[in-house]
Amino acid sequence: MVEANAIYVLVAREFKKFVRERSRLISTLARPLIWLFLVGGGMSRLVSPGMGVFSPGRGISYIQFIFPGILGMTILFSAIFSSISIIWDKEFGLMKEILVAPVSRFSIVLGKALSGTLVSAIQAAIILALFPFLGIKLSVLSVMEVVVICILLSFCIAALGIVIATFYESFESFSVIMNFVVMPMFFLSGAMYPVRTLPQILKVITRLNPFTYGIDALKHAIFRGTDILDFSLVTDLGVLLGTSAVFVVIAALMFERKK
Amino acid sequence: MPIIKVDHLYKRFGETDAVRDISFEVEQGTIFGFLGPNGAGKTTTISILCTLLSPTYGKASIHGYDCTEQSAEVRKSIGIVFQDSTLDKDLTAYENLMFHAYLYDVKKAEMRQRIDEALRFVDLYERRDDLVKKFSGGMKRRLEVARGLIHRPKVLFLDEPTIGLDPQTRAHLWDFIVDLPKKHKVTVFMTTHYMEEAEVCDRIAIIDHGRIITVGTPEELKKTMGGDVIFIGTSDNARAKDEIEKLFGVEVFEKEGELFLTSARGDACIPEIIRALGDMVLSVKLQRPTLNDVFLKMTGRAIRAEELSSGDTFKDEVRSYRRKFGRG
Repeated sequence: MVEANAIYVLVAREFKKFVRERSRLISTLARPLIWLFLVGGGMSRLVSPGMGVFSPGRGISYIQFIFPGILGMTILFSAIFSSISIIWDKEFGLMKEILVAPVSRFSIVLGKALSGTLVSAIQAAIILALFPFLGIKLSVLSVMEVVVICILLSFCIAALGIVIATFYESFESFSVIMNFVVMPMFFLSGAMYPVRTLPQILKVITRLNPFTYGIDALKHAIFRGTDILDFSLVTDLGVLLGTSAVFVVIAALMFERKK
Repeated sequence: MPIIKVDHLYKRFGETDAVRDISFEVEQGTIFGFLGPNGAGKTTTISILCTLLSPTYGKASIHGYDCTEQSAEVRKSIGIVFQDSTLDKDLTAYENLMFHAYLYDVKKAEMRQRIDEALRFVDLYERRDDLVKKFSGGMKRRLEVARGLIHRPKVLFLDEPTIGLDPQTRAHLWDFIVDLPKKHKVTVFMTTHYMEEAEVCDRIAIIDHGRIITVGTPEELKKTMGGDVIFIGTSDNARAKDEIEKLFGVEVFEKEGELFLTSARGDACIPEIIRALGDMVLSVKLQRPTLNDVFLKMTGRAIRAEELSSGDTFKDEVRSYRRKFGRG
């Protein structure tokens, strides 16, 4: 059963807090900006467009190459953060107020996942607006395509974040999640380097990471027709939608379980 | 008609038996108190009634709905003020109530009016647009009571509603709570480990180590102590003693120049004694048994502040159990 009112108010709460806490927005946007300009800028000198990996004829620079990855990073961090705020709510009690309400667990999960989707898609859109400064050319249609993929990826990651949050009772686990979930997901995704150049074992792990497919979908929209793409767009979208559904169902079941 | 029915309820966390075979009923429109030290099983019982925990054995129902099988209906019928605040401190008082109203699917047309009413009831209307993090402990607790009433529940649960509040704030909060059954047509189920607070209840269950030791009205419980003791100072003890013994047919004792007797209703005896003895009476003193005496007699120990730590230990035990075995 889906309660629209409950979903609406969960999203509205997150949005209100997002707008109210400007400092949170600035600090979460700082991370992708630092990576894009400091890491991307520095690495551009080492990895030149002529090195064979990055579509020689097309002249994609490293800073341009990681742009989809940086969009993905913005989404990964903000969607996970938004979802694991559930742990925060557990510790400070608001989760109890939500759990005793006559609302299905499915609606709670959907409401939380959509909250994460909204705030992380907004942040990704802000980073996306940087594309002209990186020498990337995108048509209006491509921009819309990127936005849609950002929304799908945000939802998938937010749903994964909820699954993770159901395993933890206190916020002490925060650094565990950062080090053992978020960072490996980011580095094993093709965000910073093409999947095909990875050693075999890492290549296999990368293929099991749903985030990889989100990054690849973004590359499809931004670098259409180049040879830096790893999978077909249909595969990418299929994996994103499929894993999203799986995560939502698992999260709802985890919420349903009583002690 | 009982609105809450609990039948042989049992709850076990790992090695700890939090609730052991308790049964009781609560009548509609009354204030029912669960009295006992921390760690006695009060919060566990509330959590089962609120559908947050499922019992290991036994049944509980609210308003005719089973707490395990029909949790959605139960949730609609209840409001809860938890022991620890469950407000969103980054939202305003009004927004917190709005959040609640949406969760409980209150009609949009009525929402604003119900929220304003609830805020006025707890004297927080003027502060409605302030962030909750700026509120004092008492204000937060009052706001939670207001929130619990927004969806017009049949039963309002108050888990240690006055814990951590200063005496004035506590008294102020009690003024609201005793008005609830009349003003909001709601049955109140509360837990407390303060004896004085349990006095406002219509009925009290004394719980210790997960078992209900006794249930009754505060008066009934105190009567099990043998009633009130009346001390009388007179100008002629021998004559007064004869008079009173003739009047009530009970034995009167003398101690340190004062007469004393026990009576089920000491307050009603005093006027009669004064009428009978007239000018002989120099002083009258009534000593009533307190719930503390009752608890002491029933359990062999008093509820003391240092027992607070036993509650924490229990919480830790449950936490470490959950950590070890997942949330199962």
